[in-house]
Amino acid sequence: MRRRDFIQQASAGTALVTIGGIGLQSFTNAATTKKITILHTNDVHSHIDAFGPEDGRNANKGGVARRAGLIESIRNENPHTLLLDAGDIFQGTPYFNYYGGELEFKLMSKLKYDAATIGNHDFDNGIDGLYAQLEHADFQFISANYDFSNTIMDTHTKPYKIFKKNGIKIGVFGLGIELNGLVDPTMYKETKYLDPIEVTQDMTRILKTEALCDLVICLSHLGYNYKKNPNKISDLKLAAATKDIDLIIGGHTHTFLSKPTIVKNIEEKNILVNQVGCYGIYLGKIDFYFDSDKNISANGTSIIV
Amino acid sequence: MRLTHFIFLLYIFTLFSCKQPKLWLTKIEGKQIQITDTLPLDSEIEAYIKPYRDNIQKDLDSVLAYSIRTYSKSDGKLNTAIGNFMADAVYNEANPIFKNRTGKDIDMVLLNHGGIRSILSKGDVTKRTAYELMPFENSIVVLEMRGNQIDRLISYLIKRKRAHPISKLKLTINEHDKIVEAQINGKDIKPNKAYYVATNDYLYNGGDDMTFFKTNDSLYILNYKVRNALIDHFKKIDTINPVIDDRFIQIK
Repeated sequence: MRRRDFIQQASAGTALVTIGGIGLQSFTNAATTKKITILHTNDVHSHIDAFGPEDGRNANKGGVARRAGLIESIRNENPHTLLLDAGDIFQGTPYFNYYGGELEFKLMSKLKYDAATIGNHDFDNGIDGLYAQLEHADFQFISANYDFSNTIMDTHTKPYKIFKKNGIKIGVFGLGIELNGLVDPTMYKETKYLDPIEVTQDMTRILKTEALCDLVICLSHLGYNYKKNPNKISDLKLAAATKDIDLIIGGHTHTFLSKPTIVKNIEEKNILVNQVGCYGIYLGKIDFYFDSDKNISANGTSIIV
Repeated sequence: MRLTHFIFLLYIFTLFSCKQPKLWLTKIEGKQIQITDTLPLDSEIEAYIKPYRDNIQKDLDSVLAYSIRTYSKSDGKLNTAIGNFMADAVYNEANPIFKNRTGKDIDMVLLNHGGIRSILSKGDVTKRTAYELMPFENSIVVLEMRGNQIDRLISYLIKRKRAHPISKLKLTINEHDKIVEAQINGKDIKPNKAYYVATNDYLYNGGDDMTFFKTNDSLYILNYKVRNALIDHFKKIDTINPVIDDRFIQIK
């Protein structure tokens, strides 16, 4: 017994020394830099295979197996990486017609997606069809403005999720597009659509003010911008009308941006809106650098796009 | 025990005293990375997809029927063999479903010429053929229209003079575009009679400027895709041998 006590104490002592060592190192470091990488897709629309060589527009582009390789190499470079999808995972190739989204969810799980929001096409087999595939998804569905409480999806989505990567708190909330007029009501059943701006005000208060997240990300399927319909809520409008969001990852409008858009929010702070078109042809990559040196940060946040 | 406590306290003390310094967001870098064929393929993912892909290929390529000729939507003026085939297939496959649900029969079908997305090639006909002909996910809807609304539908067909696929509607016009004969199911159209017209949801919602559908009295959503109706029809027939007929003609 005595011997065992000694071993226990000794191992505790060793642990202490090790922790102390790390602590000392971090004390002596003048400045700490942390990097968080956010990877994202949207509107992949069941494009599991790359486009064929004869395709008129996207020959040899896309494909989940190549995306997987790219994501892995980025994770090897920075393990503090989040992988997100902004909806419309379903519909577009026979993979969906044959398997109802099973393979899409299984592959996203294999690629270790952290979260996805729900697009209008994700209701294409009805809300029951979406529910039926949930067992294949090892990632969280995030939607703050679809009230699913009277549907089979109740309790299977979260309005937001907080991730911790390298000590950085990242709050992610989801927004979906108005379904009325876009999706047959028999498909979405009693899903209630809530106002995105009001919901965002709640979400940013919870994530930034209460949970003290270092980063707040909105995963949106609202659409990038509606030039012909300027009153319609979009990512650009949401960005300008709210505060405390750092990044909006968008979808729905299949908008190919040459680079992420910098938008001034309601407090005149610059934030980013990004979307990567559709069909898994691009992967969006946003790196956030945090620094403990106040002198560097005194210059504000530099955005390089 | 005392020593353990002491160590434990030290441990807590160390953790708390070594509180992380406040971090500021100093830099954001964003870019889009194209997925091209120069990127390495993840072989494990590729192997995982393969059985699914193979199964789909096998199923898509399994032979359902045989087409004795190659049919194109450009062969024919006001009606085409391929369009007649598609409209008749929609009637034949959708009517039993509609009748089962409502006790009524579909009176006529109208699709759109632009909705025929490929040729129907001579030889084996497979599910892939149906995907090529109809890659879109449009579903069949049936709506109730009065005879006077059918008049608007007919005016549209006469004005456009395109071979929009129809079934059970017979329309003959003269060289001045005047109606010589307009019948549904072999009978003259009565202004106040209710007709059950099958089309797809795209056209019902005003696609191809078919604005006459939106004034319907009632709409029946069959939840039946046009493509699936084609596939079901391929399964029932052995040979595909449609013809250009007299369902929409102009006498000169």
